[in-house]
Amino acid sequence: MNTKSKLFRLVDLCLLGMILLPLVAGIALQVLTQPVSGGLEISGAYIYCTIPLPFQELPITESQVNSWLVMVSVLGLCLYLTHGLAPKAQTRRQLAAEWIVEKADGLVRQNMGEYFKGFAPFIAAILALSAFSSLLSLIGLYPPTSDLNVVGGWALLVFFLITFYRFKAGPVQYLKAFADPPLLAPLNVISEVATPVSMAFRHYGNVLSGSIISALVATALQGLSAIVLGWLPGVLGQFPLLQIGLPAILSVYFDLFSGYLQAFIFAMLTMLYVAGAFPADVYAQRQARKQRKTQPHTN
Amino acid sequence: MLELAIGIILGCCALGAGAAMIAGIGPGIGEGNAVAKACEAIGRQPECKGDVTTTMLMGCAIAETTGLYALVIAILLIFFAPGRFVDILMTAIG
Repeated sequence: MNTKSKLFRLVDLCLLGMILLPLVAGIALQVLTQPVSGGLEISGAYIYCTIPLPFQELPITESQVNSWLVMVSVLGLCLYLTHGLAPKAQTRRQLAAEWIVEKADGLVRQNMGEYFKGFAPFIAAILALSAFSSLLSLIGLYPPTSDLNVVGGWALLVFFLITFYRFKAGPVQYLKAFADPPLLAPLNVISEVATPVSMAFRHYGNVLSGSIISALVATALQGLSAIVLGWLPGVLGQFPLLQIGLPAILSVYFDLFSGYLQAFIFAMLTMLYVAGAFPADVYAQRQARKQRKTQPHTN
Repeated sequence: MLELAIGIILGCCALGAGAAMIAGIGPGIGEGNAVAKACEAIGRQPECKGDVTTTMLMGCAIAETTGLYALVIAILLIFFAPGRFVDILMTAIG
């Protein structure tokens, strides 16, 4: 281990701080700014401040700030894993980084085909951002994915990508694809718009319903343990006996499993929709025709 | 009279939220069917367990969509609609 220089260790420490400090900063920000509430309270994201813009005020909400913190944290994780890369893998973190890259590459290749292999970083980024955002609720922060605005933004991005790849074979083909059975054209337009809406609602609804059910169960258990132990004097009467184990079991499903599953499903749907929107055979024909057109000039 | 009006608004919002969640029946039946068929498929061909599981999860996610639409409507009815409707009532009364 003496091969590592002091500078290497210092940078390592900085990167570890970059991973952990945003989470600490998020908790500190939440403790400092938000009033403590006793009972059951389900509300939207806390608004830190609003920036006045010409047409409309831009609110800076808790979900935005938390997603920025997650971005910094994930960036720190990536830099940490790839710090000190060697041509031949020697460290554990390089093996982990290679494993992640290979998995992402394999997933994209398997689901989207060879043409879309450049999509691997984008898919991995969506996967990591979504998964880590949902996991924020484990440390008591507001998960950005339970805000429709955040997830709606991602879904809008996917919608732009889908439209871009539909346009690859030309605007005529784009319009023709809608009127595939001519009578069903309105339905096709509706289903095109419903794609991002359903993606956003799916992700947001799953995460939000999980946090609402967790809050309801925690409150119900609080009331129940007050009934059971309420007759005891002093501190013993307020002892949260029933709240010790059960919320944790729920949290394993709603935070861990559901968070990962929704991230995976969002990334998977992105891949399937984008790959499905690309008319590969028509595009190939068009490229061939273009080449034939330009060939006589060059010869 | 005003209390009665507000009470009717709150009660109807709660009833509407409950009625909206009837839509949860459909995804439940559908996902149950999907998982049952996936189990059958894995039992018949254990070697393609990974593919079947992935496809089943995707199908479940898509089948869940209608239930989630209902969930979003129920959440809106419980957390946002009462305030909006009471505001509208107040402005109408003046």
